[in-house]
Amino acid sequence: MQTFLEWTNGNPWLTALLAIGQVLAFMVVLLLSIALLLWLDRKVLAGSMLRKGPNVVGPFGLLQSFADFGKFVLKEIIIPAGANKTVFILAPIISTVTALMAWAVIPVAPGWVAADLNIGVLYLFAVSSLGVYGIIMGGWASNSKYPFLGGLRSAAQMVSYEVSIGFVIVTVLMLSGSMNLTTIVEHQAGGFWNWNAFAFHHFPLVLVMFPMFIIFFVSALAETNRAPFDLPEAESELVAGYQVEYSSTPFLLFYLAEQVAIVLMCALMTVLFLGGWNLPFLSLPDGMSAWLSSFIYFLAFAVKVTFLFFMFAIVRAIVPRYRYDQLMRLGWKVFLPTSLVAVVAVSAYVVFVKNAGGAV
Amino acid sequence: MQLIAFYILSTVVLLSAVFVISARNPVHSVLWLILSFFTAAGLLVLIGAEFLAMLLVVVYVGAVAVLFLFVVMMLDVDFVELKQGFLNYSVIGGIIAVLMCAEIIFVASAVGAGDISNFDPSPGADTNAAALSNVLYTDNLLLFQMAGVVLLIAMIGAIVLTLRHRTHIKRQKVEDQTARHRGDAVSMVNVQPGQGIDTSDSERGATS
Repeated sequence: MQTFLEWTNGNPWLTALLAIGQVLAFMVVLLLSIALLLWLDRKVLAGSMLRKGPNVVGPFGLLQSFADFGKFVLKEIIIPAGANKTVFILAPIISTVTALMAWAVIPVAPGWVAADLNIGVLYLFAVSSLGVYGIIMGGWASNSKYPFLGGLRSAAQMVSYEVSIGFVIVTVLMLSGSMNLTTIVEHQAGGFWNWNAFAFHHFPLVLVMFPMFIIFFVSALAETNRAPFDLPEAESELVAGYQVEYSSTPFLLFYLAEQVAIVLMCALMTVLFLGGWNLPFLSLPDGMSAWLSSFIYFLAFAVKVTFLFFMFAIVRAIVPRYRYDQLMRLGWKVFLPTSLVAVVAVSAYVVFVKNAGGAV
Repeated sequence: MQLIAFYILSTVVLLSAVFVISARNPVHSVLWLILSFFTAAGLLVLIGAEFLAMLLVVVYVGAVAVLFLFVVMMLDVDFVELKQGFLNYSVIGGIIAVLMCAEIIFVASAVGAGDISNFDPSPGADTNAAALSNVLYTDNLLLFQMAGVVLLIAMIGAIVLTLRHRTHIKRQKVEDQTARHRGDAVSMVNVQPGQGIDTSDSERGATS
């Protein structure tokens, strides 16, 4: 990105144009990969049920997501008569925009990041807490009971699990000593044993950080309303939750926002716990061109994200849905105390061992 | 560029604040309020207080306003009834409005008299977050802890006021469930032909 900035010669309009171009390129790649990840999700689910899954549109059904996209866009938008029209249309747009906004600070390779903020983690946290508005507004504006109940459930669930996600993030922040995501990734350089999920360079902490990774994974499932915590859209109780009254493009936007949020959580786990773009074993040779090495780092990042997404898909295939009180108990009575204890443990380690110049 | 951003953001803040009051639907009011919170966070970013801005979004927009929206959505508001009492309150409401307006003008003129051209969003530290945490956790640690205790007491008070221990309802006790053994639940009975089982005896436990 630095090389591009030199081409603009400091002209503010060119710089702005370049920033827009970067964002567009990022979005196109992101949305294309989400279309393919969606296909992967359905294939995994099908495989676990001994079905074939999408296999008609394109080779191996790879173009299924694009066909679905066309289908949704071409259908008629139905707005219920009693609905609050403005809010009804606004809700899916807010969902999608906030889900996409969060990607601005995710570093996908050295220097490949739309906005290298010093408070990147806090920004992510702030933006992802906005995502709940799309759902709650959609549920309310539909002026129907099932969507409303689904919206309330979803909002309570997302707010609850945000708390434990916040504390898990705090442990990573304390280890890395920075809120900048690029710095957090660089702190984990040099092989998989340095990744925060294993944290062997802070040896005793592997006992804390690995459980934190697991807690983050489960909380991410709950935060994105994904199975086994997909209560907001529990078909057997609420038909489809907050999406009941939605059709056509608004529904597509809700669906897209959900998928973007899921892949975002995978990317966030990769950055915070699995070393971001760092390779697990090898280091790249010195003479390699910057573009090629960046691309290899990007591939490493993409492989990790895909692996985590695969885990998300597997969980959906094999774990039965939680009951609502169980969900709340898990969030407030198990994850929150555990992550609080972990925050205390990690801060004690940072103060008494790491900063005191002790072991390691 | 910054000036343009400032004027756009402050226009949005003020307009949405006006809409908070003038919107007929209370849910719309809350949504306008959220927009004005969010835009105010943008103003904070503009003066370099990015940590405060993010906190404003996380705490007020992400948590407080969600709960607020919850409550307002579930209220059963009758607009006609709401309008009927309007004139009764207009006198005391007007007095309060004049008072608050005077206070705001007073504070604004007092602050405006000072020089804010060399305003430093992070005094004595590299970042906004570090400056803020120095003040909170180092300089005023005791006050901070006391505030925490006060909030804790308030929270406990709210829980005590609303908690009801109801009898005759079944609660799931996970510890009991996981501590249960096969022997607690299943008893093997050797049933003789033609006799059946006397269920009142089944508490005696396994017989075979």
